[in-house]
Amino acid sequence: MAATEHSEGLTFHPLDQFQITRLFGEGPIHWYTPTNATLWMAIATVAIIVVFVLGSAKRSMIPGRMQSLGEMAYDFIYKMVEDVTGHDGVKYFPMIMTLFVFILFTNLLGLLPTSFTPTSHIAVTAILGFGVFLFVTLLGLAKHGLGFLGLFWMSDAPLILRPIIAVIEVISYFVRPVSHSIRLAGNIMAGHAVIKVFAAFAPLILISGIGVLVTPISILAIVAIYALEVLVAFIQAYVFTILTCVYLKDALHPGH
Amino acid sequence: MATTDTAHEAAKAGMPQLDFSTFPNQIFWLLVTLAVIFFVLRTVALPRIGGILATRKGQIASDLAAAEELKHKALEAEKAYNAALVSARAEAGKIVAAAKAEIQADLNAAIAKADAEIAAKTAESSSRIDEIRAAASEVVASVAKDTAAELVVALGGAADARAIEAAVTARLKG
Repeated sequence: MAATEHSEGLTFHPLDQFQITRLFGEGPIHWYTPTNATLWMAIATVAIIVVFVLGSAKRSMIPGRMQSLGEMAYDFIYKMVEDVTGHDGVKYFPMIMTLFVFILFTNLLGLLPTSFTPTSHIAVTAILGFGVFLFVTLLGLAKHGLGFLGLFWMSDAPLILRPIIAVIEVISYFVRPVSHSIRLAGNIMAGHAVIKVFAAFAPLILISGIGVLVTPISILAIVAIYALEVLVAFIQAYVFTILTCVYLKDALHPGH
Repeated sequence: MATTDTAHEAAKAGMPQLDFSTFPNQIFWLLVTLAVIFFVLRTVALPRIGGILATRKGQIASDLAAAEELKHKALEAEKAYNAALVSARAEAGKIVAAAKAEIQADLNAAIAKADAEIAAKTAESSSRIDEIRAAASEVVASVAKDTAAELVVALGGAADARAIEAAVTARLKG
């Protein structure tokens, strides 16, 4: 961070955008302190209410734009839950829909300049990932008892290999929440940081002659990566949701 | 972004994601947010949107059924129209045939009547011709007898009326 000392030089703060700051006044951040994370989660919640509640308020037979959005999202996730988990998974649809819209809306709102992205924080995604893991594991145990452990016992594998496969399966099962949460936070954080790095190169034209070359390239790169990040915002919400469905399916139907 | 709090940042030196002091805050607000979203979706948004989609699905299905029924009706109407057309044609054909038959019967009757009249006239004419012929042959016979008698007399014979008549009659027959 030496570059920050020179007023003339480039300033690299790619991680500053992830700072958690108090919304009002100064002081330590307690668990209840309203922060920028609070603000953007609240904005996401309001946006979700606008799209899904106000958008569908008219209950039009021929939907308007807002209502279409809500219906598309509903249909998309409902079909996903039904296809992946089967009919008995449909009762968990509100929960999965909550995860999907929360991740999607925070990802997309996080792409607004100067905004904050809650899903870029491991604390948030870990709660989501481990929450899904705990829910699914407890549900599986509650539904099938010890039969749930059949998930780790490949009955169609050769007998000698089964214990080895079981060990691998157990490890992969417990790695699930880690990969589930780090995948989301990592993707979002990396994309935002890369945009910020290119943004830091953009003002080079004001400082040095080489900037004639660097500035247009970095601006083009920002545009390209921004487009990619819009895609990633959707894809990561989708991936998180469909993996949740897959884990839920394992809990409901543990047999291979 | 913020350039003023560099000292603050330098103190933490690293990823804000790994600053555990902010974790309780984030987790608390995340749980609050998720609870609110879940509540709103579950009690208001999802039942409503699900209802809208179900209603629309039902409406589309019933509209399609109605369209199918109307199509069926249209087909039936067309069939009925065609049947009516065929029967009307058959009726027309029947009427034409009946009219033809009537005309033919009238014609036949007229022809028969005309034939009968012609036959009657023919018969009458031929009887008249026979009469005339008979009268003519009688006249011929009497003329022949008279002539024969005159000839016999002229030749100096005695005119035996009976003999002459027999001879003339024999000649006329031959």
